[in-house]
Amino acid sequence: MSETDERADVTVDAVGSSCPGPLMDLIGKMKSVESGTVVELLSSNEGTEKDLTEWTEQSGHELVDIVDHGDHQSYYVRKR
Amino acid sequence: MTERIVIVGAGTGGIVLANNLAEELATEIDAGDIEVQLVNDGEDHVYKPTWLYVPFGEKTLADATRPLVDLVDDRIDLTIDRVDGVDTDDKTVSLAGAGVDESYDHLVLAMGAQVTPEETPGLAEGGHHFYGPEGAAALRDELAEFTEGHLVVSVVGVPHMCPVAPLEFALMADAWFRDRGLREDVDITYTYPIGRAHGIESVAEWAGPLMDDRDVEVETFFNAERVDPDTKTIHTVEGRELDYDLLVAIPPHDGSDLVREAGLGDDGWVDVDPNTLEARGADDVYALGDVADLPTSKAGSAAHYAAGALADRLASIARGERPTAEYDGKTVCFIESGTDEATYIAFDYEESPTPKPPSKLIHWSKLGYNRSYWLTARGVL
Ligand SMILES: Cc1cc2nc3c(=O)[nH]c(=O)nc-3n(C[C@H](O)[C@H](O)[C@H](O)COP(=O)(O)OP(=O)(O)OC[C@H]3O[C@@H](n4cnc5c(N)ncnc54)[C@H](O)[C@@H]3O)c2cc1C
Repeated sequence: MSETDERADVTVDAVGSSCPGPLMDLIGKMKSVESGTVVELLSSNEGTEKDLTEWTEQSGHELVDIVDHGDHQSYYVRKR
Repeated sequence: MTERIVIVGAGTGGIVLANNLAEELATEIDAGDIEVQLVNDGEDHVYKPTWLYVPFGEKTLADATRPLVDLVDDRIDLTIDRVDGVDTDDKTVSLAGAGVDESYDHLVLAMGAQVTPEETPGLAEGGHHFYGPEGAAALRDELAEFTEGHLVVSVVGVPHMCPVAPLEFALMADAWFRDRGLREDVDITYTYPIGRAHGIESVAEWAGPLMDDRDVEVETFFNAERVDPDTKTIHTVEGRELDYDLLVAIPPHDGSDLVREAGLGDDGWVDVDPNTLEARGADDVYALGDVADLPTSKAGSAAHYAAGALADRLASIARGERPTAEYDGKTVCFIESGTDEATYIAFDYEESPTPKPPSKLIHWSKLGYNRSYWLTARGVL
């Protein structure tokens, strides 16, 4: 297990969802977690990286890491 | 043995399916070989698109409803009751009022989507919506009194019924205040959760400049976390705050607990094959319309076209033939872009939509369609 995996407090599985589903699923979860929580988003959608980068830049939540699993990616976001 | 098809929900999808089946299977139903039961938790059929016009005083709540008995073919066994359980092993549904379990050979879930404003703290108290009859009527009264200030139209939940209704509401409000000579005293802001004005890219590209022209402020990446009704402020997940005088929100939506409890979809939407509409979690179960987790919009037209394809499939299956009809994702949405002009988009699983230039003709077509909708529900159109 990498360091990032250990830091994920909650996982949102949006593999197979089309845009903007994964980002919306992540945002939905962010509403209910405490500040400092790291949420892992699983997505296989190509647009997620761009959407998520833009969203985290605008919102001030931190995109901690992206891990490529081949057929899908894990995005780790820390709520500010 | 009589084959039983049970349909839960007599909204756009359920009623079009039932009436199409009545026609396609008339001979078999008359002979007693097939029964089609349609269960709905109220006596009326509701045409929800009417609610968009209620706040502007252009339609009444009564315009949105007709008694189901007037719309459903006599060959269909219409049952007014609420289904409160689905057992896909026993192949039964339980009727809450009658307290009985009904068996099925083929089950179609068409319960639509539910709005859940209470999911966002403060929203139910601090905001209005036009996504239900009481909400639309309360908003009509509020708008009638609203002569100046900041109107915020905020999309809180995605996905929601009718992808374009929030844009339509903002554009109609702009035109409505202009017509009444109040527009200079009213600021309008439209907010959307992702980084553009709409989920469908071509619609966002079309809407952006139009909103600019109409002096409607657009805020993107705006996700309401809570609403403070006392200070009339929306607080977002992005850490922003927006003050409003009148908040019109598109509330979060939810599928159905029945779906979750029956193991047909964790989030309340039925996980289905998008072409055959067959549930992935059980045999002989199908889902139609908003309750189905389909890669298209939660729109009445999508429910209508899907119902046509499913009627063909079910009729073939009930007759012991191999079904060949499939739903290709066809969806058509009219978009009101003021009080006297409109455009539309048409798309399917393969084709992306391109909005046409708005015109009065399309506006009249939308109003005409709204009137002729009752023929669609009867299965005539
Ligand atoms: C304001 C507004 C404007 C819209 N405008 C448009 C538009 O312009 N164009 C468009 O294409 N679409 C539009 N839509 C969307 C459209 O109304 C829906 O997509 C459509 O109604 C979906 O049909 P349905 O059959 O899936 O569900 P519904 O029409 O919602 O019907 C579901 C039915 O199931 C019943 N039911 C639910 N649970 C149970 C249960 N447990 N037991 C028994 N019965 C149950 C309900 O009472 C209801 O009668 C709009 C929606 C809204 C809210």
